[in-house]
Amino acid sequence: MRLTLNIWRQRDAASAGSMQKYELDGVSEDMSFLEMLDVLNEQLNEQGEEPVAFDSDCREGICGNCGLMINGQAHGPEVTTTCQLHMRSFKDGDDITIEPWRSDVFPVLRDLIVDRSAFDRIIQAGGYISANTGSAPDAHAAPVEKKKADRAFDVATCIACGACVAACPNGSASLFMGAKITHLGELPQGQPERYDRVVNMVGQHDAEGFGGCTNIGECTAACPKEIPLDVISQLNKDLRTALKQGR
Amino acid sequence: MATPTLVKGARATRSTVALKIVMAVSGLVFIGYVLAHMYGNLKAFAGHDAYNDYAHHLREFGEPMLPYEGFLWVMRLVLVIALVAHVGAAVALWRRAAKARTVKYQVKKNQSSSLSSRTMRWGGLALLLFIVWHLLHFTVGKVNPSGGATNDPYNLMVESFDLWWMTVIYLLAMLALGFHLHHGTFSAIQTLGFTNTASSRARAKQAGWVLAVVVAGGFSLVPLSVLVGIIEK
Repeated sequence: MRLTLNIWRQRDAASAGSMQKYELDGVSEDMSFLEMLDVLNEQLNEQGEEPVAFDSDCREGICGNCGLMINGQAHGPEVTTTCQLHMRSFKDGDDITIEPWRSDVFPVLRDLIVDRSAFDRIIQAGGYISANTGSAPDAHAAPVEKKKADRAFDVATCIACGACVAACPNGSASLFMGAKITHLGELPQGQPERYDRVVNMVGQHDAEGFGGCTNIGECTAACPKEIPLDVISQLNKDLRTALKQGR
Repeated sequence: MATPTLVKGARATRSTVALKIVMAVSGLVFIGYVLAHMYGNLKAFAGHDAYNDYAHHLREFGEPMLPYEGFLWVMRLVLVIALVAHVGAAVALWRRAAKARTVKYQVKKNQSSSLSSRTMRWGGLALLLFIVWHLLHFTVGKVNPSGGATNDPYNLMVESFDLWWMTVIYLLAMLALGFHLHHGTFSAIQTLGFTNTASSRARAKQAGWVLAVVVAGGFSLVPLSVLVGIIEK
Protein backbone atom coordinates (compact mmCIF):
# COMPACT_ATOMS: atom_id res chain seq x y z
CA MET A 1 0.00 0.00 0.00
CA ARG A 2 1.07 3.54 -0.75
CA LEU A 3 -0.27 6.25 1.55
CA THR A 4 -0.19 10.02 1.86
CA LEU A 5 -0.04 11.03 5.52
CA ASN A 6 -0.93 14.48 6.85
CA ILE A 7 0.49 14.64 10.33
CA TRP A 8 0.44 17.36 12.98
CA ARG A 9 4.02 18.29 13.89
CA GLN A 10 4.74 20.41 16.94
CA ARG A 11 8.15 20.76 18.60
CA ASP A 12 6.88 21.26 22.18
CA ALA A 13 4.01 22.66 24.17
CA ALA A 14 5.21 26.23 23.72
CA SER A 15 5.75 26.11 19.94
CA ALA A 16 3.18 26.51 17.22
CA GLY A 17 2.56 23.39 15.16
CA SER A 18 1.50 22.69 11.59
CA MET A 19 0.41 19.85 9.33
CA GLN A 20 3.18 18.11 7.38
CA LYS A 21 2.76 15.81 4.41
CA TYR A 22 4.61 12.46 4.10
CA GLU A 23 4.54 9.81 1.38
CA LEU A 24 4.85 6.26 2.67
CA ASP A 25 5.27 3.20 0.46
CA GLY A 26 5.33 -0.51 1.22
CA VAL A 27 2.70 -0.53 3.94
CA SER A 28 1.22 -3.98 4.53
CA GLU A 29 -2.46 -4.30 5.36
CA ASP A 30 -1.52 -6.63 8.22
CA MET A 31 0.32 -3.84 10.01
CA SER A 32 -1.34 -2.08 12.90
CA PHE A 33 -1.71 1.67 12.60
CA LEU A 34 1.15 2.21 15.05
CA GLU A 35 3.40 -0.20 13.13
CA MET A 36 2.69 1.87 10.04
CA LEU A 37 3.88 4.94 12.00
CA ASP A 38 6.94 2.96 13.13
CA VAL A 39 7.76 2.36 9.44
CA LEU A 40 7.34 6.07 8.74
CA ASN A 41 9.67 6.90 11.62
CA GLU A 42 12.35 4.47 10.35
CA GLN A 43 12.13 6.23 7.01
CA LEU A 44 12.41 9.65 8.69
CA ASN A 45 15.41 8.45 10.74
CA GLU A 46 17.17 7.30 7.58
CA GLN A 47 16.56 10.70 6.01
CA GLY A 48 17.95 12.39 9.12
CA GLU A 49 14.58 13.93 9.98
CA GLU A 50 12.99 14.07 13.41
CA PRO A 51 10.63 11.08 13.86
CA VAL A 52 6.95 11.65 14.65
CA ALA A 53 6.33 11.43 18.40
CA PHE A 54 3.26 9.45 19.45
CA ASP A 55 2.16 7.71 22.63
CA SER A 56 1.90 3.94 22.91
CA ASP A 57 2.41 1.37 25.60
CA CYS A 58 0.68 -2.02 25.65
CA ARG A 59 -0.25 -2.13 21.94
CA GLU A 60 -3.00 -4.60 22.82
CA GLY A 61 -5.86 -2.20 23.38
CA ILE A 62 -5.99 -2.06 27.15
CA CYS A 63 -3.74 0.76 28.37
CA GLY A 64 -5.43 3.76 26.75
CA ASN A 65 -2.22 5.53 25.74
CA CYS A 66 -2.35 5.49 21.97
CA GLY A 67 -5.22 7.80 21.10
CA LEU A 68 -4.96 9.56 17.74
CA MET A 69 -7.47 11.50 15.68
CA ILE A 70 -7.46 9.66 12.35
CA ASN A 71 -9.36 11.25 9.45
CA GLY A 72 -11.55 13.12 11.93
CA GLN A 73 -12.42 10.04 14.00
CA ALA A 74 -11.00 9.25 17.42
CA HIS A 75 -9.01 5.98 17.06
CA GLY A 76 -9.95 5.90 13.37
CA PRO A 77 -12.78 4.18 11.52
CA GLU A 78 -13.14 1.01 13.64
CA VAL A 79 -14.50 0.57 17.17
CA THR A 80 -11.13 -0.13 18.76
CA THR A 81 -7.98 1.58 19.95
CA THR A 82 -5.44 3.02 17.52
CA CYS A 83 -2.98 0.17 18.27
CA GLN A 84 -5.62 -2.43 17.38
CA LEU A 85 -6.62 -0.62 14.19
CA HIS A 86 -5.09 -2.35 11.19
CA MET A 87 -4.13 -0.97 7.82
CA ARG A 88 -6.66 -3.28 6.15
CA SER A 89 -9.19 -0.63 7.17
CA PHE A 90 -7.54 1.66 4.59
CA LYS A 91 -7.02 1.45 0.84
CA ASP A 92 -3.96 1.86 -1.35
CA GLY A 93 -3.60 5.53 -2.27
CA ASP A 94 -5.53 6.83 0.74
CA ASP A 95 -4.88 10.23 2.30
CA ILE A 96 -4.79 9.90 6.07
CA THR A 97 -4.94 12.93 8.36
CA ILE A 98 -3.49 12.29 11.82
CA GLU A 99 -3.96 14.84 14.62
CA PRO A 100 -3.55 14.80 18.38
CA TRP A 101 -6.60 14.92 20.68
CA ARG A 102 -7.78 18.54 20.61
CA SER A 103 -8.73 19.83 24.03
CA ASP A 104 -7.34 22.82 25.89
CA VAL A 105 -7.28 20.56 28.95
CA PHE A 106 -5.03 18.08 27.09
CA PRO A 107 -2.12 20.29 25.97
CA VAL A 108 0.02 18.93 23.14
CA LEU A 109 3.45 18.00 24.50
CA ARG A 110 4.98 17.10 21.16
CA ASP A 111 3.56 16.13 17.74
CA LEU A 112 0.75 13.67 18.55
CA ILE A 113 1.36 13.32 22.30
CA VAL A 114 -1.00 15.09 24.68
CA ASP A 115 -0.92 15.44 28.46
CA ARG A 116 -3.99 13.66 29.88
CA SER A 117 -3.10 14.12 33.55
CA ALA A 118 -6.37 16.03 34.07
CA PHE A 119 -8.00 12.57 34.03
CA ASP A 120 -5.71 11.48 36.88
CA ARG A 121 -6.81 14.48 38.94
CA ILE A 122 -10.50 13.70 38.29
CA ILE A 123 -9.82 10.18 39.62
CA GLN A 124 -7.92 11.61 42.59
CA ALA A 125 -10.89 13.88 43.33
CA GLY A 126 -13.31 10.99 43.77
CA GLY A 127 -12.71 7.96 41.57
CA TYR A 128 -11.73 5.69 44.44
CA ILE A 129 -13.10 3.80 47.43
CA SER A 130 -11.62 3.90 50.92
CA ALA A 131 -10.66 0.48 52.28
CA ASN A 132 -8.81 -0.69 55.34
CA THR A 133 -5.34 -2.06 54.81
CA GLY A 134 -4.44 -5.54 55.99
CA SER A 135 -5.60 -8.83 54.58
CA ALA A 136 -8.16 -8.60 51.80
CA PRO A 137 -11.73 -9.58 52.73
CA ASP A 138 -13.14 -12.74 51.15
CA ALA A 139 -14.30 -12.02 47.61
CA HIS A 140 -17.81 -13.27 48.40
CA ALA A 141 -18.11 -11.32 51.69
CA ALA A 142 -20.16 -8.53 50.08
CA PRO A 143 -22.86 -10.00 47.81
CA VAL A 144 -23.55 -8.04 44.61
CA GLU A 145 -26.69 -8.38 42.53
CA LYS A 146 -25.83 -9.96 39.17
CA LYS A 147 -27.30 -7.10 37.11
CA LYS A 148 -25.32 -4.51 39.06
CA ALA A 149 -22.13 -6.52 38.93
CA ASP A 150 -22.50 -6.85 35.15
CA ARG A 151 -23.10 -3.15 34.66
CA ALA A 152 -20.19 -2.23 36.93
CA PHE A 153 -17.92 -4.58 35.02
CA ASP A 154 -19.07 -3.38 31.59
CA VAL A 155 -18.29 0.25 32.35
CA ALA A 156 -15.11 -0.58 34.28
CA THR A 157 -13.63 -1.44 30.88
CA CYS A 158 -13.04 2.30 30.34
CA ILE A 159 -9.30 2.74 29.74
CA ALA A 160 -9.29 6.54 30.13
CA CYS A 161 -7.88 7.03 26.63
CA GLY A 162 -9.64 10.38 26.20
CA ALA A 163 -11.40 9.54 22.91
CA CYS A 164 -14.69 10.79 24.42
CA VAL A 165 -13.17 14.22 25.08
CA ALA A 166 -11.54 14.24 21.65
CA ALA A 167 -14.79 13.42 19.85
CA CYS A 168 -17.07 15.68 21.90
CA PRO A 169 -17.81 19.03 20.22
CA ASN A 170 -17.94 20.57 23.71
CA GLY A 171 -14.72 18.92 24.87
CA SER A 172 -16.58 17.32 27.78
CA ALA A 173 -15.24 14.39 29.79
CA SER A 174 -18.70 13.29 30.92
CA LEU A 175 -18.50 9.79 29.44
CA PHE A 176 -15.21 9.09 31.22
CA MET A 177 -16.57 10.46 34.50
CA GLY A 178 -19.88 8.69 34.07
CA ALA A 179 -18.09 5.37 33.53
CA LYS A 180 -16.16 5.74 36.79
CA ILE A 181 -19.19 6.94 38.75
CA THR A 182 -21.39 4.11 37.44
CA HIS A 183 -18.67 1.50 38.00
CA LEU A 184 -18.20 2.42 41.67
CA GLY A 185 -21.84 3.41 42.25
CA GLU A 186 -23.18 -0.03 41.30
CA LEU A 187 -21.03 -1.80 43.87
CA PRO A 188 -21.54 -1.98 47.65
CA GLN A 189 -17.96 -0.83 48.23
CA GLY A 190 -18.70 2.39 46.38
CA GLN A 191 -21.74 3.44 48.45
CA PRO A 192 -20.22 5.33 51.43
CA GLU A 193 -18.54 7.94 49.22
CA ARG A 194 -21.07 7.83 46.37
CA TYR A 195 -22.57 11.33 46.47
CA ASP A 196 -19.42 13.14 47.53
CA ARG A 197 -17.69 11.32 44.69
CA VAL A 198 -19.94 12.76 41.99
CA VAL A 199 -19.69 16.31 43.37
CA ASN A 200 -15.91 16.19 43.73
CA MET A 201 -15.30 14.58 40.34
CA VAL A 202 -17.61 17.01 38.52
CA GLY A 203 -16.03 19.91 40.47
CA GLN A 204 -12.57 18.84 39.31
CA HIS A 205 -13.83 18.24 35.75
CA ASP A 206 -15.26 21.76 35.59
CA ALA A 207 -12.17 23.36 37.17
CA GLU A 208 -9.92 21.65 34.62
CA GLY A 209 -11.87 23.42 31.88
CA PHE A 210 -13.72 20.56 30.20
CA GLY A 211 -16.99 21.57 28.55
CA GLY A 212 -20.52 20.58 29.55
CA CYS A 213 -22.39 17.62 28.07
CA THR A 214 -25.08 18.16 25.42
CA ASN A 215 -26.07 14.48 25.19
CA ILE A 216 -25.34 14.27 21.47
CA GLY A 217 -23.55 10.91 21.71
CA GLU A 218 -20.32 11.48 19.75
CA CYS A 219 -18.38 10.23 22.79
CA THR A 220 -20.00 6.82 22.94
CA ALA A 221 -19.63 6.38 19.16
CA ALA A 222 -15.88 7.07 19.46
CA CYS A 223 -15.34 4.95 22.59
CA PRO A 224 -13.15 1.90 21.82
CA LYS A 225 -14.72 0.13 24.80
CA GLU A 226 -18.31 0.96 23.80
CA ILE A 227 -19.20 2.66 27.08
CA PRO A 228 -22.91 3.48 26.64
CA LEU A 229 -24.45 6.95 26.98
CA ASP A 230 -26.50 5.83 29.99
CA VAL A 231 -23.47 6.29 32.27
CA ILE A 232 -23.92 10.06 31.75
CA SER A 233 -27.55 9.71 32.83
CA GLN A 234 -26.29 7.89 35.93
CA LEU A 235 -23.81 10.69 36.57
CA ASN A 236 -26.62 13.25 36.25
CA LYS A 237 -28.89 11.23 38.53
CA ASP A 238 -26.22 10.92 41.21
CA LEU A 239 -25.50 14.65 41.00
CA ARG A 240 -29.22 15.42 41.27
CA THR A 241 -29.37 13.26 44.39
CA ALA A 242 -26.32 15.09 45.77
CA LEU A 243 -28.09 18.41 45.08
CA LYS A 244 -31.11 17.22 47.06
CA GLN A 245 -28.81 16.25 49.91
CA GLY A 246 -27.30 19.74 49.85
CA ARG A 247 -23.77 18.60 49.01
CA MET B 1 -6.43 25.97 31.26
CA ALA B 2 -5.81 22.69 33.06
CA THR B 3 -5.32 23.11 36.77
CA PRO B 4 -2.49 21.19 38.42
CA THR B 5 -4.17 21.11 41.82
CA LEU B 6 -7.16 19.36 43.31
CA VAL B 7 -10.30 21.41 43.81
CA LYS B 8 -11.36 22.00 47.42
CA GLY B 9 -14.97 22.45 48.50
CA ALA B 10 -16.69 21.51 45.23
CA ARG B 11 -20.45 22.17 45.31
CA ALA B 12 -23.15 20.41 43.33
CA THR B 13 -24.99 23.71 42.78
CA ARG B 14 -21.99 25.29 41.06
CA SER B 15 -21.40 22.44 38.59
CA THR B 16 -22.00 22.31 34.84
CA VAL B 17 -24.45 19.49 35.52
CA ALA B 18 -26.53 21.88 37.67
CA LEU B 19 -26.59 24.30 34.71
CA LYS B 20 -27.81 21.44 32.53
CA ILE B 21 -30.54 20.62 35.05
CA VAL B 22 -31.65 24.28 34.90
CA MET B 23 -31.84 23.95 31.11
CA ALA B 24 -33.78 20.69 31.35
CA VAL B 25 -36.37 21.95 33.83
CA SER B 26 -36.91 25.28 32.03
CA GLY B 27 -37.13 23.32 28.77
CA LEU B 28 -39.88 21.12 30.23
CA VAL B 29 -41.80 24.30 31.17
CA PHE B 30 -41.61 25.36 27.50
CA ILE B 31 -42.78 21.92 26.34
CA GLY B 32 -45.85 22.23 28.58
CA TYR B 33 -46.47 25.72 27.28
CA VAL B 34 -46.19 24.91 23.56
CA LEU B 35 -48.60 21.99 24.00
CA ALA B 36 -51.19 24.30 25.61
CA HIS B 37 -50.53 27.00 23.00
CA MET B 38 -50.98 24.48 20.20
CA TYR B 39 -54.30 23.37 21.66
CA GLY B 40 -55.50 26.99 21.56
CA ASN B 41 -54.34 27.44 17.97
CA LEU B 42 -56.22 24.36 16.82
CA LYS B 43 -59.42 26.11 17.96
CA ALA B 44 -59.09 27.88 14.61
CA PHE B 45 -60.70 24.80 13.06
CA ALA B 46 -63.78 25.41 15.22
CA GLY B 47 -64.35 28.79 13.55
CA HIS B 48 -64.12 32.52 14.21
CA ASP B 49 -66.22 32.69 17.36
CA ALA B 50 -64.78 29.61 19.10
CA TYR B 51 -61.23 30.88 18.49
CA ASN B 52 -61.94 34.39 19.75
CA ASP B 53 -63.92 33.09 22.72
CA TYR B 54 -60.96 30.94 23.69
CA ALA B 55 -58.66 33.97 23.50
CA HIS B 56 -61.12 35.92 25.63
CA HIS B 57 -61.56 33.12 28.16
CA LEU B 58 -57.81 32.98 28.65
CA ARG B 59 -58.06 36.52 29.98
CA GLU B 60 -60.98 35.66 32.28
CA PHE B 61 -59.42 32.39 33.42
CA GLY B 62 -59.60 32.01 37.20
CA GLU B 63 -61.93 34.99 37.77
CA PRO B 64 -63.03 36.06 40.33
CA MET B 65 -60.16 34.44 42.26
CA LEU B 66 -57.73 36.05 39.85
CA PRO B 67 -58.04 39.56 38.37
CA TYR B 68 -58.73 40.03 34.63
CA GLU B 69 -55.69 38.68 32.71
CA GLY B 70 -54.26 37.50 36.03
CA PHE B 71 -53.71 33.95 34.79
CA LEU B 72 -52.00 35.23 31.65
CA TRP B 73 -49.61 37.37 33.68
CA VAL B 74 -48.73 34.47 35.94
CA MET B 75 -47.98 32.41 32.81
CA ARG B 76 -45.93 35.24 31.33
CA LEU B 77 -43.92 35.59 34.52
CA VAL B 78 -43.20 31.85 34.63
CA LEU B 79 -42.23 31.88 30.95
CA VAL B 80 -39.91 34.89 31.34
CA ILE B 81 -38.17 33.28 34.32
CA ALA B 82 -37.81 30.01 32.38
CA LEU B 83 -36.49 31.89 29.34
CA VAL B 84 -33.88 33.83 31.32
CA ALA B 85 -32.77 30.59 33.04
CA HIS B 86 -32.71 28.59 29.78
CA VAL B 87 -30.81 31.19 27.74
CA GLY B 88 -28.51 32.14 30.63
CA ALA B 89 -27.46 28.53 31.23
CA ALA B 90 -27.10 27.92 27.47
CA VAL B 91 -24.80 30.94 27.06
CA ALA B 92 -22.67 29.88 30.04
CA LEU B 93 -22.30 26.34 28.66
CA TRP B 94 -21.66 27.60 25.13
CA ARG B 95 -18.82 29.81 26.40
CA ARG B 96 -17.32 26.89 28.34
CA ALA B 97 -17.48 24.65 25.28
CA ALA B 98 -15.80 27.32 23.14
CA LYS B 99 -12.95 27.60 25.65
CA ALA B 100 -12.56 23.83 26.00
CA ARG B 101 -11.29 23.48 22.42
CA THR B 102 -9.67 26.60 20.99
CA VAL B 103 -7.59 24.71 18.40
CA LYS B 104 -9.99 23.04 15.97
CA TYR B 105 -9.48 19.80 14.08
CA GLN B 106 -8.40 19.99 10.43
CA VAL B 107 -10.74 17.06 9.77
CA LYS B 108 -13.64 16.09 12.06
CA LYS B 109 -16.37 13.59 11.29
CA ASN B 110 -19.67 13.32 13.08
CA GLN B 111 -20.35 9.66 13.69
CA SER B 112 -23.66 9.34 15.47
CA SER B 113 -24.98 12.75 16.50
CA SER B 114 -28.24 13.90 14.91
CA LEU B 115 -28.45 17.12 12.92
CA SER B 116 -30.94 18.37 15.52
CA SER B 117 -28.45 17.83 18.35
CA ARG B 118 -25.77 19.79 16.53
CA THR B 119 -28.07 22.72 15.79
CA MET B 120 -29.37 23.27 19.34
CA ARG B 121 -27.45 26.50 19.91
CA TRP B 122 -27.93 28.35 16.62
CA GLY B 123 -31.40 26.84 16.29
CA GLY B 124 -32.20 28.09 19.77
CA LEU B 125 -31.05 31.60 18.83
CA ALA B 126 -33.21 31.44 15.70
CA LEU B 127 -36.19 30.48 17.88
CA LEU B 128 -35.43 33.41 20.21
CA LEU B 129 -35.50 35.83 17.25
CA PHE B 130 -38.73 34.22 16.08
CA ILE B 131 -40.32 34.65 19.52
CA VAL B 132 -39.50 38.38 19.44
CA TRP B 133 -41.13 38.68 16.01
CA HIS B 134 -44.06 36.50 17.05
CA LEU B 135 -44.79 38.66 20.13
CA LEU B 136 -44.62 41.84 18.02
CA HIS B 137 -46.91 40.24 15.49
CA PHE B 138 -49.66 38.80 17.68
CA THR B 139 -49.30 40.12 21.23
CA VAL B 140 -47.49 43.41 21.78
CA GLY B 141 -47.59 45.22 18.44
CA LYS B 142 -50.45 43.36 16.78
CA VAL B 143 -48.80 44.11 13.46
CA ASN B 144 -51.01 43.22 10.55
CA PRO B 145 -49.02 43.50 7.35
CA SER B 146 -52.15 43.28 5.21
CA GLY B 147 -53.58 46.26 7.08
CA GLY B 148 -56.85 44.77 8.35
CA ALA B 149 -58.38 44.34 11.80
CA THR B 150 -55.91 43.81 14.60
CA ASN B 151 -58.12 43.51 17.64
CA ASP B 152 -59.86 40.43 16.32
CA PRO B 153 -57.40 37.55 16.93
CA TYR B 154 -59.02 35.20 14.40
CA ASN B 155 -59.09 37.76 11.58
CA LEU B 156 -55.54 38.90 12.36
CA MET B 157 -54.43 35.29 12.13
CA VAL B 158 -56.23 34.54 8.85
CA GLU B 159 -55.15 37.81 7.21
CA SER B 160 -51.55 37.21 8.26
CA PHE B 161 -51.36 33.71 6.88
CA ASP B 162 -52.99 34.82 3.65
CA LEU B 163 -49.57 36.37 2.97
CA TRP B 164 -47.28 33.68 1.58
CA TRP B 165 -44.09 35.07 3.18
CA MET B 166 -45.71 35.19 6.59
CA THR B 167 -46.64 31.52 6.23
CA VAL B 168 -43.05 30.77 5.21
CA ILE B 169 -41.65 32.50 8.35
CA TYR B 170 -43.95 30.51 10.61
CA LEU B 171 -43.34 27.19 8.87
CA LEU B 172 -39.56 27.70 9.07
CA ALA B 173 -39.91 28.56 12.74
CA MET B 174 -41.88 25.35 13.31
CA LEU B 175 -39.14 23.39 11.54
CA ALA B 176 -36.62 24.95 13.94
CA LEU B 177 -38.92 24.18 16.89
CA GLY B 178 -39.29 20.57 15.73
CA PHE B 179 -35.51 20.21 15.56
CA HIS B 180 -35.08 21.80 18.98
CA LEU B 181 -37.72 19.57 20.55
CA HIS B 182 -36.37 16.42 18.89
CA HIS B 183 -33.04 16.61 20.69
CA GLY B 184 -34.15 18.84 23.58
CA THR B 185 -36.75 16.38 24.88
CA PHE B 186 -34.31 13.48 24.92
CA SER B 187 -31.55 15.67 26.32
CA ALA B 188 -33.76 16.93 29.17
CA ILE B 189 -34.77 13.39 30.16
CA GLN B 190 -31.13 12.25 30.04
CA THR B 191 -29.96 15.31 32.00
CA LEU B 192 -32.49 14.57 34.72
CA GLY B 193 -31.06 11.07 34.94
CA PHE B 194 -34.03 9.00 33.75
CA THR B 195 -32.23 7.09 30.98
CA ASN B 196 -30.08 4.63 32.88
CA THR B 197 -30.77 1.70 30.54
CA ALA B 198 -30.65 1.23 26.78
CA SER B 199 -34.43 0.74 26.63
CA SER B 200 -35.25 3.88 28.61
CA ARG B 201 -32.85 5.80 26.37
CA ALA B 202 -34.67 4.50 23.28
CA ARG B 203 -38.00 5.56 24.80
CA ALA B 204 -36.67 9.04 25.59
CA LYS B 205 -35.50 9.38 21.98
CA GLN B 206 -38.96 8.27 20.79
CA ALA B 207 -40.53 10.88 23.07
CA GLY B 208 -38.36 13.47 21.28
CA TRP B 209 -39.66 12.33 17.89
CA VAL B 210 -43.29 12.28 19.03
CA LEU B 211 -43.16 15.75 20.59
CA ALA B 212 -41.31 17.22 17.61
CA VAL B 213 -43.82 15.84 15.10
CA VAL B 214 -46.92 16.57 17.19
CA VAL B 215 -45.95 20.12 18.19
CA ALA B 216 -44.33 21.30 14.95
CA GLY B 217 -47.03 19.51 12.93
CA GLY B 218 -49.91 20.73 15.10
CA PHE B 219 -48.79 24.36 14.91
CA SER B 220 -48.16 24.13 11.15
CA LEU B 221 -51.68 22.83 10.45
CA VAL B 222 -53.22 26.26 11.02
CA PRO B 223 -51.10 28.37 8.59
CA LEU B 224 -51.21 25.54 6.04
CA SER B 225 -54.98 25.35 6.31
CA VAL B 226 -55.24 29.11 5.79
CA LEU B 227 -52.96 28.80 2.77
CA VAL B 228 -55.09 26.15 1.09
CA GLY B 229 -58.37 27.76 2.15
CA ILE B 230 -59.66 25.29 4.73
CA ILE B 231 -59.63 28.09 7.30
CA GLU B 232 -60.99 31.40 6.09
CA LYS B 233 -62.71 34.51 7.44
